[in-house]
Amino acid sequence: MDLTWSEHEEAFRADVRGWLEANLAEWKAAHGGDVPSGDTREGFAIHLEWERRLFDARWAVVSWPEQYGGRDASLWEWLIFEEEYYRAGGPQRVTQNGIFLLAPSLFEFANDAQRDHVLTRMASGEDRWCQGWSEPNAGSDLASLTSKATRVDGGWRLNGQKTWTTRGAFCSHLFGLFRTDPEAERHRGLSYLLVPLDLEGITVRGFGRLDGDEGFAEVFFDDAFLPDDALPGGVVLGEVGAGWSVAMSTTSSERGLTLRSPGRFLATARRLIEGWQALPESERAERGDLRHRVIQAWMEAEAYQLQTLQTVTGTVEGRPAGAESSLVKLWWSELDVSLHETALDVLGPAALLDGPWAKGYEFSLSGPIYAGTNEVQRNVVAERVLGLPRK
Amino acid sequence: MRFSFTEDQLALREAVRDLLAKECPPEVVRAAWPEPDADGQGPGAGARSTPEQLAAVWHHLAEMGVLGLLVPEAHGGLGFDEVAAALVLEETGYVAVPHPVVETVCVAAPVLGDPAPDRSKVGWGEVAISGTVLDKSLDLRGPGGKADEVAFDRAALGTAAQLIGLSRRMLDLTVAYVIERKQFGVAIGSFQAVKHHLADARLQLEFAAPAVHRAAWSLATSDPNAARDVSMAKALASDCAHLVGRKALQCHGGIGYTVEYDLHLFLKRAWALEKLWGDAAWHRDRVGRALGV
Ligand SMILES: Cc1cc2nc3c(=O)[nH]c(=O)nc-3n(C[C@H](O)[C@H](O)[C@H](O)COP(=O)(O)OP(=O)(O)OC[C@H]3O[C@@H](n4cnc5c(N)ncnc54)[C@H](O)[C@@H]3O)c2cc1C
Repeated sequence: MDLTWSEHEEAFRADVRGWLEANLAEWKAAHGGDVPSGDTREGFAIHLEWERRLFDARWAVVSWPEQYGGRDASLWEWLIFEEEYYRAGGPQRVTQNGIFLLAPSLFEFANDAQRDHVLTRMASGEDRWCQGWSEPNAGSDLASLTSKATRVDGGWRLNGQKTWTTRGAFCSHLFGLFRTDPEAERHRGLSYLLVPLDLEGITVRGFGRLDGDEGFAEVFFDDAFLPDDALPGGVVLGEVGAGWSVAMSTTSSERGLTLRSPGRFLATARRLIEGWQALPESERAERGDLRHRVIQAWMEAEAYQLQTLQTVTGTVEGRPAGAESSLVKLWWSELDVSLHETALDVLGPAALLDGPWAKGYEFSLSGPIYAGTNEVQRNVVAERVLGLPRK
Repeated sequence: MRFSFTEDQLALREAVRDLLAKECPPEVVRAAWPEPDADGQGPGAGARSTPEQLAAVWHHLAEMGVLGLLVPEAHGGLGFDEVAAALVLEETGYVAVPHPVVETVCVAAPVLGDPAPDRSKVGWGEVAISGTVLDKSLDLRGPGGKADEVAFDRAALGTAAQLIGLSRRMLDLTVAYVIERKQFGVAIGSFQAVKHHLADARLQLEFAAPAVHRAAWSLATSDPNAARDVSMAKALASDCAHLVGRKALQCHGGIGYTVEYDLHLFLKRAWALEKLWGDAAWHRDRVGRALGV
């Protein structure tokens, strides 16, 4: 066991930190210091500028191969990057559903032409990808989805509707699941398609989330024609009819540590502690119960970091985690809620409803819903980790 | 960065696990409870093992060198560090060894095995074998009063490791039970309410265990944050065992609420250890002070 970072890793950390210090303040200042949320149209555009800055300095996708704009960074370095990014107060990654959810599946299933075309444009923000899985009648029961793609000469005819599509109204492309075999049931007969959103017959309508931002969209497909050559290498990721297994590789990135690495929660915990320390001494003395919650929240964030270091060691040594990624999703999503709830209690009435903690609290409440609800994750833990009977 | 164990550490754990599976089944733990009363009831009811078997567990552990795990080889110990100790103590927790293992392995043996001149005249081996632990007259302080704190932290760590082992045992026992037990014509483990109880238990274990292993490493390397890390480990492990115990009992129904069934042996041990060497609140407070909270 060795829980220290190597000299090389420390140097990498110093590079990240230095670059962020120089660039973050500059980007924020260029936009009046107070950047609107990336889930609004105006804020999205400003956040894309930031993504471009990251990309140009090769910090957008550190773990990717250099040929796609990355640095071939190790998993350890990627964790360090994340830690530094959130420690410095880096903004939300509006490209996340592409770079964290679609990209891992591209590395695993795409052909060279698809990879060469899609990856770099995604990392730079030139193409913006949204995730088109959920439908009005297919949420937790994703395999019941009914949007379909019918084979026609030279391409596919798309019909149906997707919903809850994060930042769909600001995106240029969608990766989604469509039923390509009308005879096959449930998870058989689905294909994973890459769809430009500017095709005729596709309508995207943005709508407000709980926090009021236009972060959601519904996407309608009315006989839209998706030509096979809409993208170099084709529009099907993996084999036709094998969409479910391609999608399942995405879910492990989504639940596991890729989408929500420990760095952001460590940073939130640190800010929570600062908030507590800023209370007048007399108030702190009176609120011993709250003090214990602050400490508990810090410990849980730290525990996430430690569990991650253990998991990454396993991955690096050839013992990858399986269904345990559902435990990770449960932990970070519930931790995020308790960090924010505790912070609001620390702030008291001063939190109002529009401060950064209140905004963060609203968003934290979606964590137990998206990326597979926590009830579904508990089912997975019970059945696939503990081995309890399905029926 | 490498957060896992060496071959040697894992081999030692394996050896201890095998030994304890053979020598310390629940009947032996049960034999350490008070005698059954006149009509055959009481916590010790159903005990089939003898005091000799109980004593044998201790002697086997001593023979294997486990009691002197942390004593340097030059002084007759095995010369392992706290990381190995945490792994071994987890195993002793898993079977609920009814002997003062933590007090001996983590406190008495390393303190007595330390050749500092102002330590007790009693040899550590003697103490370990006889099980006479922590005589009040024993001065645990080394030069500068430092050893006192380290011994305390080692004991808190060892107890946390045992609590992880106990949690695993209670969960394993319950998983096996809910797969076996049928109601309404199906295994009760197929009911979602039962599944979610046990998923919650597994979740706490998943995140408490690495905290214990990290604390062991911090102690082994005299990390400046060692005391904080030990406290975090003990707080999380205590709360984990408490929650797992509640879930385990609930998912067993009536059978878990008897002295005849084995669950209570582990449950009550966990309750005792939760409070020993500082309870969760005490340790959380110490973490808070280290963080300036
Ligand atoms: C902020 C946010 C962003 C999102 N972004 C996207 C996106 O970009 N792309 C996309 O495709 N989707 C997205 N989603 C959708 C998300 O994946 C779904 O909301 C989620 O899968 C749940 O589906 P549902 O909303 O239909 O709820 P339902 O499936 O109807 O669930 C409602 C309730 O019933 C419970 N339930 C359902 N089935 C079971 C079961 N078997 N056992 C126990 N309880 C059960 C659920 O846990 C939940 O509590 C997003 C959602 C949110 C909140």
